[in-house]
Amino acid sequence: MRTPTSRIRNFSIIAHIDHGKSTLADRLLERTGAVTERDMKEQLLDTMDLERERGITIKAQAVRLDYRASDELDYVLNLIDTPGHVDFSYEVSRSLAACEGAVLLVDASQGVQAQTLANAYLAIEAGLEIVPVLNKIDLPAAEPEARAAELAGILGCEPDDVIKVSAKTGAGVGELLERLVTDIPAPVGKADDPLRALVFDSYFDAYRGVVCSVRVMDGSLAQGDTAWFLATRNRHDVAEIGVLKPVATPVSELGPGESGYLITGVKEIDQIRVGDTITHPNHTDVEPLPGYDEPKPMVFSGLFPTDGDDFERLREALEKLRLNDASLSWEPESSKALGFGFRVGFLGLLHMEIVRERLEREYDLDLVATAPSVAYRVTLSDGTEIEVKSPQDLPDSADRINLSEPFVRAMIITPAEFTGPVMELMQKRRGELDGMHYLTPERVELTYHVPLAEIVFDFFDILKSRTRGYASFDYDPDGYREADLVRVDILLAGSPVDAFSTITHRDNAYRYGRSMAEKLRELIPRQMFEVAIQAAIGSRIIARETVRAVRKDVTAKCYGGDITRKKKLLARQKEGKKRMKMVGTVEVPQDAFVAALRVDADD
Amino acid sequence: MRTTEAPDSPAVFDRAADRKSAYVHIPFCARVCPYCDFAVVGDRTDEMDRYVQAVVGEIGRDEPLAPLDAVFVGGGTPSLLPVGALARILAALAERHGIVDDPEITMEANPEDWTVSRGAGYLEEGLTRVSFGVQSTDPRVLLALGRRHGPREVGVAVASARRAGVPSVSVDLIFGHPVETEASWRRTLDEVVELEPDHVSTYALTVERGTPLSRWVAEGSPAPDPDVQAARWEQAVEILGRAGYIRYEVSNHARPGHHCRYNLGAWAGAEYAAYGLGAHGHRDGIRFRNVRSLDAYLDRIEAGESPRQGSEEVRGWEAEVERLFTGIRVAAGVNGGRAVEAFLDSEDGRRLAGLGVIGLVEGRLVVRQPLFTDAVARDVLGLLEMSS
Repeated sequence: MRTPTSRIRNFSIIAHIDHGKSTLADRLLERTGAVTERDMKEQLLDTMDLERERGITIKAQAVRLDYRASDELDYVLNLIDTPGHVDFSYEVSRSLAACEGAVLLVDASQGVQAQTLANAYLAIEAGLEIVPVLNKIDLPAAEPEARAAELAGILGCEPDDVIKVSAKTGAGVGELLERLVTDIPAPVGKADDPLRALVFDSYFDAYRGVVCSVRVMDGSLAQGDTAWFLATRNRHDVAEIGVLKPVATPVSELGPGESGYLITGVKEIDQIRVGDTITHPNHTDVEPLPGYDEPKPMVFSGLFPTDGDDFERLREALEKLRLNDASLSWEPESSKALGFGFRVGFLGLLHMEIVRERLEREYDLDLVATAPSVAYRVTLSDGTEIEVKSPQDLPDSADRINLSEPFVRAMIITPAEFTGPVMELMQKRRGELDGMHYLTPERVELTYHVPLAEIVFDFFDILKSRTRGYASFDYDPDGYREADLVRVDILLAGSPVDAFSTITHRDNAYRYGRSMAEKLRELIPRQMFEVAIQAAIGSRIIARETVRAVRKDVTAKCYGGDITRKKKLLARQKEGKKRMKMVGTVEVPQDAFVAALRVDADD
Repeated sequence: MRTTEAPDSPAVFDRAADRKSAYVHIPFCARVCPYCDFAVVGDRTDEMDRYVQAVVGEIGRDEPLAPLDAVFVGGGTPSLLPVGALARILAALAERHGIVDDPEITMEANPEDWTVSRGAGYLEEGLTRVSFGVQSTDPRVLLALGRRHGPREVGVAVASARRAGVPSVSVDLIFGHPVETEASWRRTLDEVVELEPDHVSTYALTVERGTPLSRWVAEGSPAPDPDVQAARWEQAVEILGRAGYIRYEVSNHARPGHHCRYNLGAWAGAEYAAYGLGAHGHRDGIRFRNVRSLDAYLDRIEAGESPRQGSEEVRGWEAEVERLFTGIRVAAGVNGGRAVEAFLDSEDGRRLAGLGVIGLVEGRLVVRQPLFTDAVARDVLGLLEMSS
């Protein structure tokens, strides 16, 4: 039995981390009877442990809510989940493409944050109806009136249009449900048109293979149909279609405006392209739905197993992760200092952190990660263009005629009192002010053009410390610009340590070289010989430190004949030395790689 | 007959491997020094007789080894032994294992305990070698080390031991306490050389866990500086070398014919019996140790039980590696063998050879830079991971 499109509402919730999206989703499920309070697993929509722990959502999912509105009519509300961070903006945008409306959920004490705003703009650009909601109005620190005015200013609506709820107590949730029905437009698809359904997500299920989340735009998709995937030009039989209520419930058919899941026989996630359009084999000429950009990795980091024997395990773990995360890409990389590993491409900083943590936690790997880098574009003397993702691959300046780096448009929202420190930080990071906009007299939105390389490492921590934790930050790709960049190499006892090489702006090269040499002097234990630590641009040394030689490494006597004890003591010390990497003749502690790359918070 | 062979000669060291010896531990001290982590008991010297009786009992119940080449009575403070006690212990050892002609019978002694009559008594009982716990002649260092003697007692003790006719006199020194200076260490060495002992041991002060010293350091007192200690070690080798003392082990220097036979045996992997609380022995491929507490030791012996607290088997490949592990402390170096070959062939061994830390001299593995002996020893232990 198909629901008429006039009774369907498809919507997402856009919210900052910790602003209560999952709690609100839970409350909506409860109110509509989709789950009883008793079997409610807290924060039902977030499935992965890591997501729950960090309070963020990565994978989009669609949940169907059956709701009888005050007009006594039954509606189907499809809640399409979105990730909260712009690292995953490609996931956000495809989730939004499956919706006609979005709830913009804002913490009534904290106000709107940069990431929320970035996603809200995405939704507005996609033509979605925005339903503004303030959450946590039960908290003593809540300032619903001021925040409502702020939201109204951003969205161009009246402060009274802002719904005030407490997802925790349930206050205001009834009003929100009504507004979903009244404010969000019904989908417009026609049942008689040829089928066009959007694949807005896919994930790998160990039992069922690849599961697609689909939104039918026109026509209908039925059990037993053959689905034709326009972009990949593949046909797959529909093994099962259904909706999540939130328990997977098979249905015979998905009509226009409906969302649900689709299972075919496909076992490899690579065979399904998110953003693809599904139709029937007799309509292969339909206009494809606007798809999505291929997720493009922006940040790269070398991941090396601490124990060289774990290389294959690392490869397997990456392959398993890719089953659910098609955006993950990597190529093998070998480092003289760190051995064999992979240069892994990430969508952004959060993505990098999550992947690294999952590898260590779920796959029990002990990893050394090199400093994140970005992809530089290099024009060689012969005119060919190459992309450089790893500092070691940068050709000598004599062999290239152009070197450019990726920029981003960074958006920072901060209390007005911290505008000065933020601007100072951005200037240090080679940022170029693009705009300044007072959201309220107390809160400023600053936009900058800034090299991605300047924000991939510890930028957010420093921004937070300069604004006492109040600033929020997000960014979008903003093209490439030529820049005066150099590679700084770090040499230990005369040999370069590839893991410490970095590409940086010439103006920052000395600072990097000096601070790295100083840090390494502290981190590298004294050896049996003097160790020179040098920073160099090409053959020119720009900084030098020395680790003095150990002079004495011997105990006075054998503890009155207790040779066993002495053996145990030295064996223990030898165990400690195993956590060292031999770089040429120099022993470097494993932690030094991580510690040396850590930037001081005071920058 | 005492030989006049150089203490660092390979022949002397290789011969030591086959000699048998015994260690006897006398734990009593008038006062426990703050840096000491040996098995010692202060304030219970009234138990001395009972203890000597127990040691004699332990010896009597032991399996015979072979005639002993050397006996080392260490402590604690063995010079607290009343006259007659040493004779009882030696008699028990002779009865159980036999003692060779011309043995080395060493006793450790504190300078302040040594009197002419006492020395004569010990000599009568069989003593051939005394090792004085001098530590320093700098009053400030002696005070900091918690010693009960002053510089004056040192001279008196060494001279009276000489006069009494003790065949071999050794002096133990401790260097590198933060209150010591380069000049005061030089003075100590010069003054000791002037006393003309036959043997000098120079030990770097080590902060051992669980000692008052380690607590003081943890609370902020200055710790010995290893760089300074390295310089002091070199100073000692130089001054003693010029005075005719040959360094034959990391911390030991002797005139020809005056190396410590007992110690050389221990470094060569020889077998030695061990008696008394906290004593460590090595026999039949087993390293073993006795209980450390006085009460537990006495109770066990008097109940007719074994005082053993634990033991490890060290045989085959492990014994070979261990022989290299201890042997590299000795200047003569370690005679070739499977472990030596394997080590020279290992990645660590090649690296150390490349750095000039170790070398092969007439088929013997020699540590050319003794101050890195533990660095070499750690890598030698890596051989244990090889199946042999």
